[in-house]
Amino acid sequence: MKTVLSVEDMSVTFALHQSEVHAVREMNFSLSEGETLAVVGESGSGKSQAFLAIMGLLAKNGQAGGRAMMGDINLIGMAPRQLDTHRGKDIAMIFQDPMTSLNPTLKVKTQLSEVLVKHRGFDQRKATMAAVEMLERVGIPEPVKRANAYPHELSGGMRQRVMIAMALLCQPKILIADEPTTALDVTVQAQMLDLFKTLTDDFGTSLVLITHDLGVVAGVADRMMVMYGGRAVEKGTVDDLFYDPRHPYTLGLLHSTPHIAHRTARLDPIQGLPPSLEHLPKGCSFNPRCAFAFDRCLAERPPLADTGNGREKACFYEGPMAYGKVA
Amino acid sequence: MFGYVTRRVLSAIPIALIAVTACFFILRLAPGGPFDGERALPPTTLANLRAHYNLDLPLIQQYFIYVWRLLQGDFGPSMVYNDFTVAEMLWIGLPFTLMLGFSAFIIGTIVGLVAGALSAVNQNKWPDYVLVLLVMIGLVVPNFLMAAIMQLVFGVYLDWFPAGGWQAGSIPHLVLPITVLVLPHAGRTARLMRGSMIEVLGTNYVRTAKSKGLGQRLILARHAIKPALLPVVSYLGPGLSYLLTGSLVVEQVFALPGIGKYFISAALNRDYGLVLGTTILYMFIILAVNLLVDIIYAWLDPKVRYS
Amino acid sequence: MAGITGKDAVLTEYAQRLETLDAPKGRSLTQDAVRRLARNKAAVVSIFVVVFIILFAFVGPYFLPWTYDKIDWTGIRKPPNFEAGHFVGTDQNGRDMLARIMQGTQMSLIVAGVATLVSVCIGIIYGAVAGYFGGKVDAVMMRFVDIMYALPYILFVIILVVMFGRNPVLLFVGIGCLEWLTMARIVRGQTLSIKEREFVEAAKAGGAKPWTIITRHIVPNLTGPVVIYSTLTIPEIILTESFLSYLGLGVQEPQTSLGTLISFGSPVAETLPWMLIGPAVVLVSLLLALTYIGDGLRDALDPKDR
Repeated sequence: MKTVLSVEDMSVTFALHQSEVHAVREMNFSLSEGETLAVVGESGSGKSQAFLAIMGLLAKNGQAGGRAMMGDINLIGMAPRQLDTHRGKDIAMIFQDPMTSLNPTLKVKTQLSEVLVKHRGFDQRKATMAAVEMLERVGIPEPVKRANAYPHELSGGMRQRVMIAMALLCQPKILIADEPTTALDVTVQAQMLDLFKTLTDDFGTSLVLITHDLGVVAGVADRMMVMYGGRAVEKGTVDDLFYDPRHPYTLGLLHSTPHIAHRTARLDPIQGLPPSLEHLPKGCSFNPRCAFAFDRCLAERPPLADTGNGREKACFYEGPMAYGKVA
Repeated sequence: MFGYVTRRVLSAIPIALIAVTACFFILRLAPGGPFDGERALPPTTLANLRAHYNLDLPLIQQYFIYVWRLLQGDFGPSMVYNDFTVAEMLWIGLPFTLMLGFSAFIIGTIVGLVAGALSAVNQNKWPDYVLVLLVMIGLVVPNFLMAAIMQLVFGVYLDWFPAGGWQAGSIPHLVLPITVLVLPHAGRTARLMRGSMIEVLGTNYVRTAKSKGLGQRLILARHAIKPALLPVVSYLGPGLSYLLTGSLVVEQVFALPGIGKYFISAALNRDYGLVLGTTILYMFIILAVNLLVDIIYAWLDPKVRYS
Repeated sequence: MAGITGKDAVLTEYAQRLETLDAPKGRSLTQDAVRRLARNKAAVVSIFVVVFIILFAFVGPYFLPWTYDKIDWTGIRKPPNFEAGHFVGTDQNGRDMLARIMQGTQMSLIVAGVATLVSVCIGIIYGAVAGYFGGKVDAVMMRFVDIMYALPYILFVIILVVMFGRNPVLLFVGIGCLEWLTMARIVRGQTLSIKEREFVEAAKAGGAKPWTIITRHIVPNLTGPVVIYSTLTIPEIILTESFLSYLGLGVQEPQTSLGTLISFGSPVAETLPWMLIGPAVVLVSLLLALTYIGDGLRDALDPKDR
């Protein structure tokens, strides 16, 4: 299948007062056409920053390195003016908090139609019509009325639908959704995921779903990448990683997720706290919290290595893993 | 929107009334009167004078007479300048004060907004540092000192502009007074605008706009300016108060024929009628501008309109 | 679960390290704010400037050969003369300018201190009462503040000062009465959130009277915003005082204040520049330093990227 985005050796650093924080290191992955990739990790694992960097949206003190190739153009380090010819058109992003991500002083239709005016050269009337059509498509009832509303007149779920409509207006090749359902009610979450699936299928858009919620991943994603301490620690198809996790952190995440079908199963949360990026432990970043860590893990950092079947992991431990029952 | 404007206009009326009442009673309850001159007046003359100005009536009756006349545009007689009514004197000074005040207000607001926005967009680069420094000067140099410095430097040493006085229609005479009024107003406005613009540029919705590839110019013009203006606009009401207060000094220092000059001399002479008239007039101007500001605010912030 | 390598030991060690590393987070908000303030160079320099000006105003006069009201008949309208002890010259009445500047600074600082205190007290009580009782009381009280905001209140002070005579005490109180509005708004906002907290509930349940709750439980929790706001108020008040003094409505001769000195100095600045430069420099540096301290405090307690 055709690759739409290929990220090579990407890094993100933030300059603080006296020090530097490496939020993302040595990131490599590729995204195929029409595929859904889930990026999973705790907060502070660098998952959001990596994709903000690709979109050129890092905070002022942030600096991205490496390459993010979309076709033969590199999005990293591109001048903002040039980047603006791609953002919103070929690559779009949806953010976590729909309550604050829409401009409170502009009508919904203005915020939608401006994308088409800018990237497709539509006139205002045509753009508004297309915007209303898209609102209907994302399941907003009475789209004409909503288009004329201000964001504060809409509910959270409705606003997130508007965000989705906005991102899909130009039918981008890549859609990045950063925790798109976290701020929503559970019932709305499910609808929203459904919508993602339908729409990306319809438009042939590749979706990157950034989340900490494995429940979300299970329903929508094809492949997943697990991140810890700014690095990818395991990659593979969703089925492989769910049924046969090879990295202790992935295993830990799976055991931390409550499952409604197995209510009797005991939750086994991962012990300890996510590491501070400023002070990563020596060796494997996960070693202080790992039930399987041994001498080598404390001294040496395991590289992300191919383990066959298109899977990769960054762990030295090769033995069997049964979480919580290790002697 | 129309309903909102009507409601605001209606609610301004009781405020105006309260303000008039407060001024009236504060002045009348204060000891000392316009006839407590150096030389004691003969009792009969004093009684006649008091009767002439209705000062012998019960206070409450004086109040109603005053309000009734005020509604007809009559501010009553001046107690010191016998040949003029207060309304006549205010009519002479008002156009000038309004012209001076509003020119400075408009120029200062525009300069402040532009400077603040530029400063925010170039945060921590040299244009920002230069502007922040200029703003600081505008903020901490009191207007009377600034007036003296301007007079001395541009009026006397460099002799670019007249150092004071007024000839009808002469713009050079206005340059220094307006500059003195503009500086602090522009400074405060710029400071607010800078802060709120920086805040807005860091919001999620500006990030969304960036992610849509809109380009900096469109983001600033459409997405950032309106919300950034909100706190600045709510400052404009008090800002005008400051500015008109400043015009008291400026009219005095530059010997300009506005109502500010009357106000100081009337206050010193305890000319009730004139002090009251001037205060009320200032208040009406400020209330009117506040009303305008409220309406602009509602236009900027859709949430206000519907509440 | 021991893990293969004695994970417990590793975890304990890591936890200890975390504790030491995370120590800054555990520090109190105040310590944090002080640390940030100390890093703000402009604020630190400004604090030194203000301390210097205070010493200058209150201790300085003891080191001068002349007092602020002593007339030197041999030195009227004279430029700086070190031999006669007039370090920055004399005024039209032969009084030593440096002594007068010191006295004027003293007066401005005292007025600022007292007026700030008055405004803080009124503002806290008004705001706390409005916020605590809420509902109609709050609506009416805050509407009143809105109205006052809209009025040119300096006109009121001018009227008051003129009508009651030029009494310094009245000047303090009058200026204090000007500046409490913003404080009242801030305090009200804080009170609204504090009164929902558990310890207020507990006090109510214990049968404490509203006044006791306000003074014992709410006001002590307002320290942070009150301190910042007071700092921001002081320069405003110094400015107001100098404005009134400039108009001739302030303190009376032979006492003086920075505004009065400037008002006497500016008409003669062309011929006797030392009469304007001295007080102007002191006033501007005082205001500048206070503004920087206020900004620094605000940024330190509310660390947003400004």
